[in-house]
Amino acid sequence: MATFQQDVEATIPALRRYARALTRDADIADDLVQDTLVRALRSEHLFHGGELRSWMYTILTNLNRNRLRSLARRPAMSSIDDNDAPDLAGPEAGGRDIERALATLVEDQRNALLLVVLEGLSYREVATVQGVPIGTVMSRLARARAQIKNYLEGGRPTLRRVK
Amino acid sequence: MIDRELPVTEDDLHAYVDGELPAGRKEAVTAWLAAHPEQAALVAAWQAQGDAIRTRYGAVVNETLPIRLKLDQVLRNSRAGGRPWKAMAAAAAAAIFMIGGATGWMARGASASAPAPAPSVFERFTAEALEAYRLYVVEVRHPVEVPGSERKHMTQWLSKRLGYEQRIPDLQSIGLRLVGGRLLPGPTGAAAFYMYEGPSGERFTIYCARVEAPETALRFKDGERAAAFYWADDNAAYVVTGPANRERLETVTKAIYEQMEAGTKKS
Repeated sequence: MATFQQDVEATIPALRRYARALTRDADIADDLVQDTLVRALRSEHLFHGGELRSWMYTILTNLNRNRLRSLARRPAMSSIDDNDAPDLAGPEAGGRDIERALATLVEDQRNALLLVVLEGLSYREVATVQGVPIGTVMSRLARARAQIKNYLEGGRPTLRRVK
Repeated sequence: MIDRELPVTEDDLHAYVDGELPAGRKEAVTAWLAAHPEQAALVAAWQAQGDAIRTRYGAVVNETLPIRLKLDQVLRNSRAGGRPWKAMAAAAAAAIFMIGGATGWMARGASASAPAPAPSVFERFTAEALEAYRLYVVEVRHPVEVPGSERKHMTQWLSKRLGYEQRIPDLQSIGLRLVGGRLLPGPTGAAAFYMYEGPSGERFTIYCARVEAPETALRFKDGERAAAFYWADDNAAYVVTGPANRERLETVTKAIYEQMEAGTKKS
């Protein structure tokens, strides 16, 4: 029991990192992590050994999918990225492009890419998290990388200037 | 055994980037790439993407966990059943107010010796906020950059500049009208400054900015003619400043605090 909780606790920083990259919003990310922890702690009886880390990523990935679906049912909200303020120069500026590029990905592709590249999961582990064959994981990765490359090389939509 | 002469596929290249190739195959692909610059450039681009993602988000694991993500806190909430955010946020607001009241009182009585969760951030933010208050509250014609009637535009603009979503509280229920807001330099970057006005012309301001500081209870700071309440959540620090009437300021702060926190803890 205590060990399970300790193991869960040890995953929190990495879950936050994954969630932050998935949502690109610190608050929403932490909400997701919090929900993931609550879900995991309540579902201890459902965890039959194996990779706890993969299990936690699975819960978070699924909760995020639910969140995106419920967002899609609501009226569209304009993103703060749409407004006309210039980009802030500074330590974050370098990360903006990759952040925007990630935002253009299809959800499953973004999940797969981040689990591999940021979280260091193996293809097999990602296949478990996503509940698909390894071949599907690889094609998601390939599409994600092609899309990001295309975006970074200028295939991005023209920036709108609103006055 | 893997035939080193097998043609190299795109899947191989991804597996190469992700360290998923068996040892023998990895060498074969390395050699193959040396002779195929176009594919080598592709591999380099993928590696650069990975580096950019890790650079952008890797440091999150070193951030201090917000209180709500500490395991014992999660366990407590989990046992309480569900995540009834509104009830919990209200309870948290009430609890923090009780603590904050005591801390503020102690701070006044025993100034420097009172335990301070983040003294420097608290001091710096409060000093900046009080200064901004003194500077702009006396302005009659140009107290703000964006009038309160343009709330939506102001929210978007300042959200963008501060790097997190701004919530501009509606204080009509306690008789305060939003005059507007402006962007100010803060101790740690851009700060937002919102001004409200009561029927008798009394003005209250909210000064807020993103900050890397632990969550704190409300803390009270008494100044000349003006006083302030400070708190930080996991994302930002807030200072509510107004005339040095503690009871009234506390009522205003509480209304603001509840709206900020209700917005932050979305379900």
